[in-house]
Amino acid sequence: MSLTLAEVEHIAELARLALSDQEKARFCEQLSDILEYAARLQALDTTSIPPTASVLPERSVLRADEAHPGLPVQELLRNAPKIEAGQFCVPPVLELD
Amino acid sequence: MSNIYEPVIGLEVHAELATRSKMFCACPVVDTTQAEPNSAVCPVCAGMPGVLPVVNQKAVEFALRVALALACEIAPSSLFARKNYFYPDLPKGYQISQYENPLAVNGRLTILTSQGEKVVRIRRVHLEEDTGKLTHIAESGNGSINEIRPAHTLIDLNRAGVPLLEIVSEPDMHSAEEVGAYARALHSLLRYLKVNSGDMQKGAMRIEPNISIRPAGSQTFGTRCEIKNLNTFRGLERAVDFEIRRQSALLDEGKVVEQETRGWIDDQGITVTQRSKEEAHDYRYFPEPDLPPLVLDRAWVEEILASLPELPISRLHRFQEQYKLSAYDAEVLTAEQETADYYEAAVAAAPQVAPKVIANWICGELFSLLNQTGMTLAECPVTPRALAALIFLVTSGEINLGTGKVVLAEMFHSGQSAEAIIASRGLRQISDSSAIAGMVQQVLKNNPEQVQSYLAGKTGIAQWLFGQVMKAAKGQANPQVVRQELEKQLNAMINNGY
Repeated sequence: MSLTLAEVEHIAELARLALSDQEKARFCEQLSDILEYAARLQALDTTSIPPTASVLPERSVLRADEAHPGLPVQELLRNAPKIEAGQFCVPPVLELD
Repeated sequence: MSNIYEPVIGLEVHAELATRSKMFCACPVVDTTQAEPNSAVCPVCAGMPGVLPVVNQKAVEFALRVALALACEIAPSSLFARKNYFYPDLPKGYQISQYENPLAVNGRLTILTSQGEKVVRIRRVHLEEDTGKLTHIAESGNGSINEIRPAHTLIDLNRAGVPLLEIVSEPDMHSAEEVGAYARALHSLLRYLKVNSGDMQKGAMRIEPNISIRPAGSQTFGTRCEIKNLNTFRGLERAVDFEIRRQSALLDEGKVVEQETRGWIDDQGITVTQRSKEEAHDYRYFPEPDLPPLVLDRAWVEEILASLPELPISRLHRFQEQYKLSAYDAEVLTAEQETADYYEAAVAAAPQVAPKVIANWICGELFSLLNQTGMTLAECPVTPRALAALIFLVTSGEINLGTGKVVLAEMFHSGQSAEAIIASRGLRQISDSSAIAGMVQQVLKNNPEQVQSYLAGKTGIAQWLFGQVMKAAKGQANPQVVRQELEKQLNAMINNGY
């Protein structure tokens, strides 16, 4: 179970990470090791066990539909790289959806 | 010579759920076109580290109302999933949605077209969260280097995290008309269920058709294109029509349709490429680790099912049956619950009047007054009872139809009752035949030339003479009595050898 360099590059692109060739090679090895470790689970016989998405008890925790104020705008925007007209101002992004 | 193609169309609809608070946090849901930007945002919907989402019970209830009204199978346990993508409209870097185990599957919606009724299958209904609003600002400035403002993007997160319901149909539609009918039927249903504002201008319901074409008779699917984010029925129908023609032309020329996402440019009436398959996202869905499976209590689901109102299609069928209305009238009257309630209240208030007559007044005169003033039925100053009283005055012959229309307009503007307006303006219809006989006699006496033409065989003149009598009676004479009297007096002249 080992990743190709091309797969590492694809994952890096999806995560918007710019990696050096050295890093790519290193992550290729590390990610492959992780996958290999996880792949040991494949060896288990799970034919009689139903697929499980969560280990939490099968009980829903729902919230009543009550509204409470969020953060003051000033407080919220403290993390903004730039502010304009009470909004986060970021470099231009292309319309995707 | 162009070939015959069959379009195959499925729809994805996103509907905002009209809850008070957001899907996974307690931030209020605000009108994003009005509220101050970023005034309804907390650490959860801002994607701060260390926060945890908690599901809004009302959003689940609303989703279940829709799923049950669409006759879906409800999953006793469904899963939330992360849809990963980098775009600043969702600050977490992912959208919480449902993927492998959605809330509901296998439903159906009946739509009405010129060909009659048709059932469109629903593939799935699932819950997710809406995204923030981005405003793209182009580069600006007066040309001098110091004045140039580079292009940038502004982010308002008020809408981020608002509960969103995605409803996906099977590719069961084959024309723009069917697609339009489906979208309207769904819009009407969401309004009946009181789960959506219905305000499409503000993006409360967004529609994305998937369109492909194939040679008529073929069973395999062609390559499909998706058109993003349509928010008017007319735009939807036009976009689908355009896309069918575009794809047909490509195949006719021996070219192929590329799988891609396209955008609709309304003022040019065309679709354009937004994203091709090669750029398609790899969303890397995985089960949301911060939320347990959504396990539904059976009794709660049963309770919601029992609480559903009479749905538009059932009401439409009942109106046809009970009130002997055409499919068209029944559709117009049941599209909005408000209209249907108004109609039934008017029918109940006028048991002596045929329900079809009341339908004609509402769909004709009343709607036209509402349109002229831009009012909704809820704001209409004429109550169903007042309208019923007016219609009864017309059908019982107290006033004639023309006067009735004038009185309705007056009721609409002044809020007075029909009786009061008729009394104060002396509009009561003249049905007394001796009074009408006198008016007819006078008109015949005053127009000897026209009478001579009539007697000489120009029978069409009778209509003109009728008009003169009605004019003399200021429109208040009973037209049937006038016709009878006119005919009687003219026949008498013929018989007397004029």
